[in-house]
Amino acid sequence: MARHKGRGFAAINYPIGMNLGGDPSQALVHSNPDGKFMVSLSSIDLGQGMKSVTRQIAAETLGVPVEDVYVDTADSDTGPHCMGSFASRGTHRVGNAVIAAAQEARAVLLEAAAEELEVSAADLETDGRGNIHVKGAPGRSITTAAASLAAQFKQGRTVSGRGIFLIPFAGVDPETGEMTPVSCFAHAALVVDIEVDDETGEIEVAKLSSAYEVGRALNPKLVEQQLVGGAWMGMSHAAWETTEPYYPDRGHGPEDFNQYLMPGPGDIAPHDIAILERPAPDGPYGGKGPGEMCANPVLPALANAVYDAVGVRIDELPVTPEKILRGIQANGGARPKGRR
Amino acid sequence: MARTPVEFRLNGAEKAVFVEGGANLLDVLRRGLGDMTPKYGCGQGTCGTCTVLVDGRPQLACLTLAETVAGREVRTVAGLPDGAELHPLQDAFMENFAAQCGYCTPGMLMAAAALLERRPDPSREEVVEAISGNICRCTGYEPIIAAILDAAQRRRRRAS
Ligand code: FES
Ligand code: FES
Repeated sequence: MARHKGRGFAAINYPIGMNLGGDPSQALVHSNPDGKFMVSLSSIDLGQGMKSVTRQIAAETLGVPVEDVYVDTADSDTGPHCMGSFASRGTHRVGNAVIAAAQEARAVLLEAAAEELEVSAADLETDGRGNIHVKGAPGRSITTAAASLAAQFKQGRTVSGRGIFLIPFAGVDPETGEMTPVSCFAHAALVVDIEVDDETGEIEVAKLSSAYEVGRALNPKLVEQQLVGGAWMGMSHAAWETTEPYYPDRGHGPEDFNQYLMPGPGDIAPHDIAILERPAPDGPYGGKGPGEMCANPVLPALANAVYDAVGVRIDELPVTPEKILRGIQANGGARPKGRR
Repeated sequence: MARTPVEFRLNGAEKAVFVEGGANLLDVLRRGLGDMTPKYGCGQGTCGTCTVLVDGRPQLACLTLAETVAGREVRTVAGLPDGAELHPLQDAFMENFAAQCGYCTPGMLMAAAALLERRPDPSREEVVEAISGNICRCTGYEPIIAAILDAAQRRRRRAS
């Protein structure tokens, strides 16, 4: 009996979003008379940070403090249409829609301010702290609250904007079948170090090391949070979770948390992450989206690490102790590949 | 079905409720008393999100017969803050980004609260053990472990 160390590597190109029907999302932005802005979306925040990121994007585009922006994702019946929170599309698609909506609202805000200050809107700029002033003359200034108030009660304007993001239709080349289904790719590489027990077939993860290229990390803490958590969801898919043995027939399959296994707090290992920023040309402020790809490279990397450790090539997930033991048996013993 | 009067303290306040025979504590807290801070995850004792403290010990509310808390002290997340001041665990969870969807959070907080009362200066292993009955799908646990260790420090600083 022995424990064998193994190291596995995987690299991925990850397409952001999908192309079905142009993968559109809409956003609506309007100001209230107190100068606070509301961003209405149907894009759901399930903890990944959709609200935080769209709030930052709206504030940046409008030129107002982030505290003055609210994001309402309350109801997909009454909100503007969104395809949904999946395929890592949120930051990219919805973020672009929010930029478009916020630009339109900003233009009206500046017109309202221009009317109050008796200048041309083209001569105005925002300071990001709630003021609009004449370029080069900060003294000639009005607050966004006062401009919104004037728009509402004096000028009869709605300070509002509409935005949509739609991927251009990608035709298929009849000769080659070539097309451009996706406009934006993110990239990642991951190394996993494990130990495999050749008597029990059990895997212990010693360390994860990864690099993720996510465009610009619009909210670095949220990006890190997703990468840390998502890696363990990937590990869970790789080594624990299964609907076996007869999926899609549920017979004898796991039905609850007693049988449907996932890693617990005692199973995790240190994860060293490098976040590489290479802003995407068509991303909102260069952002792509960490989303699903934080789980993806873990699966092939783990399968490769098992091969490195004991010479068993497993091509069906999850990589269970049983499969490892059967592989070792078929090979007539563990065949560590050794460090090259 | 017979209804039994049960009196206990919830986060320091006296409560008197009638409970159905067989009713579990989680239902009584949420539906009977309107304390929605303990969550229903699995209803069978495997996820930990319904964790509350009964006389200071973490207990799964979904598996606790409501009648058994008669005369005892039950604590939930609603009782963690001290007036307007959040519990050090709550501050630490926020600042360490220890929640994403937040579904596991109430159970994690209560399991951790029990640990810190017992062990004000816990090791990482003790933290891991304390939350080993709580499943988190989102965070990968690391930020939660870090938050609990951080909260222990904050708590000791506040006390001194
Ligand atoms: S709801 Fe009680 S353990 Fe899941
Ligand atoms: S934060 Fe989602 S389950 Fe823990």
